[in-house]
Amino acid sequence: MAEIVIRNLRKDFGDFTAVQSSSFKIEDGEFFMLLGPSGCGKTTTLRMIAGLELPTSGEIYIDGEEVGQKPARQRDIAFVFQMFALYPHMNVRRNISYPLVSQGMSKRQVSEKVAEVSRILGIEDILDRSVSGLSGGDRQRVALGRAIVREPKAFMMDEPLGALDAEFREHMAEELRALHDRMGATTVYVTHDQLEAMQMGDKIVVMNHGVIEQFGTPQDIYDKPATMFVADFIGSPSMNFLRFHGEVHSGSSSVKLHHAELAVPTLREPFEGDLVYGIRPEHVSLVDAGESRGEVVAAEYLGTTQIVTVKTAGGDLKARIASNQSVRSGENVGLAFNGSAATLFDNQTGRALKSDLNEGVLAHV
Amino acid sequence: MSSYSITEPSAFQKWLAGTLVVAYAIITLLPLVWILTTGFKSPVDAIAYPPKVFFEPSLEGYVNLFTTRTRVSPEQLEALPEPETWYEEIVRNRDMVIAGPSRYGERFLNSVIIGFGSTFLSVFLGTLAAYAFSRFKVPLKDDLLFFILSTRMMPPIAVAIPIFLMFRTLGLSDTHLGMILLYTAVNISLAVWLLKGFMDEIPREYEEAALIDGYTRFQAFYKVVLPQAATGIASTAIFCLIFSWNEYAFAVLLTSGTAQTAPPFIPTIIGVGGQDWPAVAAGATLFLVPVMVFTILLRKHLLRGITFGAVRK
Repeated sequence: MAEIVIRNLRKDFGDFTAVQSSSFKIEDGEFFMLLGPSGCGKTTTLRMIAGLELPTSGEIYIDGEEVGQKPARQRDIAFVFQMFALYPHMNVRRNISYPLVSQGMSKRQVSEKVAEVSRILGIEDILDRSVSGLSGGDRQRVALGRAIVREPKAFMMDEPLGALDAEFREHMAEELRALHDRMGATTVYVTHDQLEAMQMGDKIVVMNHGVIEQFGTPQDIYDKPATMFVADFIGSPSMNFLRFHGEVHSGSSSVKLHHAELAVPTLREPFEGDLVYGIRPEHVSLVDAGESRGEVVAAEYLGTTQIVTVKTAGGDLKARIASNQSVRSGENVGLAFNGSAATLFDNQTGRALKSDLNEGVLAHV
Repeated sequence: MSSYSITEPSAFQKWLAGTLVVAYAIITLLPLVWILTTGFKSPVDAIAYPPKVFFEPSLEGYVNLFTTRTRVSPEQLEALPEPETWYEEIVRNRDMVIAGPSRYGERFLNSVIIGFGSTFLSVFLGTLAAYAFSRFKVPLKDDLLFFILSTRMMPPIAVAIPIFLMFRTLGLSDTHLGMILLYTAVNISLAVWLLKGFMDEIPREYEEAALIDGYTRFQAFYKVVLPQAATGIASTAIFCLIFSWNEYAFAVLLTSGTAQTAPPFIPTIIGVGGQDWPAVAAGATLFLVPVMVFTILLRKHLLRGITFGAVRK
């Protein structure tokens, strides 16, 4: 198992820059998520780590060794593809044993390893079947089997759950995480699904337009977004943005927004210009004595909670409140904000302003 | 109320389709049946009018195909010892004796060498080129592909004279190598284009998986891509073989002795001792066999190959 260090990694396809100057570190044994919308460069980054694309510039260290320009076969990593890419002309057993055969392992050792892996994955009964007749879940397991049988330094997974039904996905996600915990293997996992990333990852890198927006634990990324893109991309519904023009000073702990005085975590830098007050829906509550007022537009019932959309002077807002609180459409309600969880952004660049809340997180972006 | 489905054909539609297929099969197979039966007729039955559907089968055509014969007078025939083999007896019945073997065997072997040789070479080179065009960034890729296709934009025989002169200068006239190279040159554009289509349909992930699993690019191509492309390779091989096996015009022009193939030879059989249609038909029948066997062996691939890409899997 290995730690993976990415330094100033860049990839150009002709005039198009897929990844520009990425740097991050994946600790040994970590389940690491590369998250972002399609076309953000996450898959290209993964393929560069795997050796399927060669970087235009920058370094990749696997277990301390620089492998940036080496072919895939010399990197000792395994890759699980979105469409699984099982060799269609071979049965399950041969698919799983294929990486071992390339190493010249003896037949007895190969069959022992295959037996062991198929026991872990619970696919002993399908070993002699052709891969073309298998269900999505079994294909997934065979693909995982082919990856783990070699005991590589690290696993690369490119949206491995993307091809499965919604119902089965959740089950497979748990299975995958359990497998990872059992083996303790460094895993790099690409997904565009923020829930999947939050649910499974130890750490997440959020990418957009080939740039790393933020790198950290799921909690940090959710609670302390470094940019407006991250705040918007992570969370469902996403963070509320209230735009205003104003001035803040280092040390101030409130902002004046459309005649309301809203609390914010103590700021660590001054700023003047177009600002955005960002607050997650669960930090907005409907209280008559709230700082601001608005009219209820809609309420979505979600079981234990409900999402209420409120029209205010500063724009539409969503609040996540307990589902037993009764709310009627058209009602005029007071809004209270949990200021200690709010983030201020520079509207121009989308960058979060440093405050007591996020200072530690922003330091290593 | 009658139920009907827009996807499932009705009984009448099925009957109609079946009838059309059978009618088409009869129309296309009839000439073949004619050739096949003529090969087993006596020369008299072969030209009988109205044509004889039922006749006494005879191997005379096949015997004449493989032998050269000389006419002898009845006295000389009397003086000869009793015929030792059944084919000598057939020949003697026509007041003739066998003078030696004909050249049909040689010509047939030439066809096999040149036809299969050029097919192998076209498919081999075509596969490599198609893989490169499909997977790698080749400079001027589109122009090169167009250039390759453009060699088929006129009938190959249109360049017969330059090729004739070229072959004469290079000493390739009437050689196996020359004919193999010529047919390969004609077939390769078809092979590259067909195979590129097949290669494009094979997901890159298979090779990438093999690259990750510890194989080199060539091993990945050989062990993973080639088995996937088997269908395409088989149908391409059939198309190439059919062309080079049946080719007549260049064979007439460029071969006469050592490298002559069967197509220019078969018509010459007719000149030996009258209009020997059974021998010609026998030659044509045997000439059909290799392509037929080859096609039947690969027919599973062929059907899938021809309809490839028509339906999304």
